[in-house]
Amino acid sequence: MKPYAKFKFLLYVAGEAPNSVLAVANLNALCREHLPGRHEIEVVDVFKEPKRALADHIFMTPILIRLAPAPVRRIVGTLSQEEKVLHALGLEPVAA
Amino acid sequence: MTPKKRATSNPSKARTGIEGFDEITDGGLPRGRTTLLSGGPGSGKTIFALQFLVQGARDFKEPGIFVAFEETLERLTANTRGFDWDLRELERKKKLCFIDAQPMPDLVQSGTFDCSGMLASLGAQINAMGARRIVFDALDIVLELLPDLATRRREIHRLHEWLVANEITALITSKTGGDEGNSLTFMQFMVDCAVTLNHRVEFGVSQRNLRVQKFRGSSFHENESPFVIGQGGFDVAISRILGRVDAAVTNERLTSGVKRLDTMLSGGYYRGACVLITGMPGTAKTTLSGAFAEEACRRGERTMFVGFDSHGTEVIRNLSSVGIRLERFAKSGVLRMVSARTITGSAETLLVRIKSLATAHRARCLVIDPVSTLSRSGNELTAHSVAERLIDWAKAAGVTMVCTSLIDEMNGRTEEPTNLHISTLADTWIHLNYLVQAGERNRGLAIIKSRGMSHSNQVRELILSDAGVTLSDIYTAGGEVLMGTMRWERESAERTAGEVAEVASKLKHVSLDAEEAVLKVRAKSLQTELMAKKIEKSLLVRMTASRKGEVSRGRIRMRELRGADAAKRERE
Repeated sequence: MKPYAKFKFLLYVAGEAPNSVLAVANLNALCREHLPGRHEIEVVDVFKEPKRALADHIFMTPILIRLAPAPVRRIVGTLSQEEKVLHALGLEPVAA
Repeated sequence: MTPKKRATSNPSKARTGIEGFDEITDGGLPRGRTTLLSGGPGSGKTIFALQFLVQGARDFKEPGIFVAFEETLERLTANTRGFDWDLRELERKKKLCFIDAQPMPDLVQSGTFDCSGMLASLGAQINAMGARRIVFDALDIVLELLPDLATRRREIHRLHEWLVANEITALITSKTGGDEGNSLTFMQFMVDCAVTLNHRVEFGVSQRNLRVQKFRGSSFHENESPFVIGQGGFDVAISRILGRVDAAVTNERLTSGVKRLDTMLSGGYYRGACVLITGMPGTAKTTLSGAFAEEACRRGERTMFVGFDSHGTEVIRNLSSVGIRLERFAKSGVLRMVSARTITGSAETLLVRIKSLATAHRARCLVIDPVSTLSRSGNELTAHSVAERLIDWAKAAGVTMVCTSLIDEMNGRTEEPTNLHISTLADTWIHLNYLVQAGERNRGLAIIKSRGMSHSNQVRELILSDAGVTLSDIYTAGGEVLMGTMRWERESAERTAGEVAEVASKLKHVSLDAEEAVLKVRAKSLQTELMAKKIEKSLLVRMTASRKGEVSRGRIRMRELRGADAAKRERE
């Protein structure tokens, strides 16, 4: 794991749905804490861009797609279990 | 076919185009509503769902979307290659759309989620292609990802609301028998129509059944209906309402192939009738049905001969030994020989095979030899209904059917000869029997019943020769029925007796002629004698009269001469 690699995220949300709102908040908090200054988040609303969602095989929302660094990872849900999310993103706290 | 036509009219139903199913549900799935299709693994859910879309897109101008949670499009296409559905072609014409919604294997889940994303994507797709039908195949896969029952219910509810709002005819398939039982029950309560499929094995024979569990606001057949997955997809068997005759009933008669049998039936079988020929092994059942097939072919009617006992070419060879020549018809294509020995599977499978082959051959006459095969082991439960539906189908299609049925020699004496109980459904029932007598077995034929025609009550001897099948009178003497050699002996004795009698009568004739001649001569001489006597008599009369006149004239003369008695003369 390159420690200074830049993280590029795509987060599909379903409008103002509670799960989606929660996911946006969780992702923002996580990035602030663990990836300060080296992340980029694009939030896509499936209601506004359904064709893009279809093309990306988005069937469950919210869903987080890590586009960079490779490989592409997908995490579905509100991202509320922080440790699980960090593990999936390869961002386990070094101290642990 | 007729069931399809009948099912067109219902606007509240979306026809599936699945043979039999539209009839069970009186028109198809509830239009604009949701149907749940549940069943165990391998019960045919995906095929049913796909067929609903394919037929909708192809035949009813209703484009559809298939949301696959379990299988990729490649696998679906491969799995449905056996059917005559061109999925790729339909997809290219934008009549069908496959959406691969399988959860990715490396998908990590953190916290809860919902299906809004899917619904938004699908909404766009529905608008883009004007879809009227949608299938969610194996929805349980997604539901399993949801953490608890409450969440699952929420998502099911969300999906349902969305479907109702979109007024799209939806079909959701779901597995049964897993631990997702609770959400399945919930779905069953929620949807407007629920159909279950099951696949079980009885006595080693696979039996598939379909049952409509509920259908809000509609009547439906509540019983389990057997179905088969054939080349055209699903074929659900339903027993029609008995007594409904789809084909026009005709008075046209078809020859049985045996002249005297036609006479016994006062003209032959009715067209479109079901003829049952029962008998023990070797009583010439096949021969009799072969004779019918030959005559049908000779008239140029397309005929199909389904043989369970032997191979088609064997049947042709064997029948040619009794003067029934089928080979030329088989070559010209009028006759289709089907050897069903190799078809394994349930009675349902056989029925579907026979139906589809007969339809493909456009058969007008059908021979099934023997139909009792349907009830071979493992099929006892369904065989009767299969036989019944076979007859129903043949009648509806106007096909004249001759079925033979084997009677076990041991059970030959029972009232009902076939455990199929089709003798009540058959229009004409001919029974063939053996008579063992004086070291011989001879075949006897009798008509047990024949609806709607007068028929002979006589037992006839069935004789097979290289010239064909003939029927002969039998002799009853002293309460005994004579057949075969004994009949021949009897006939020969009668012939001899007849000759003797003829000679005797000739002799008598001659002697009577002679007597007559003598009498005639005598009559002539007597007549001559009579004439002579008559002449003699009249001569005598005249002589007497003239003598009298002479005497009186002499007396007057004398008186004149004397001139003495004038007064006396005046008185005279």
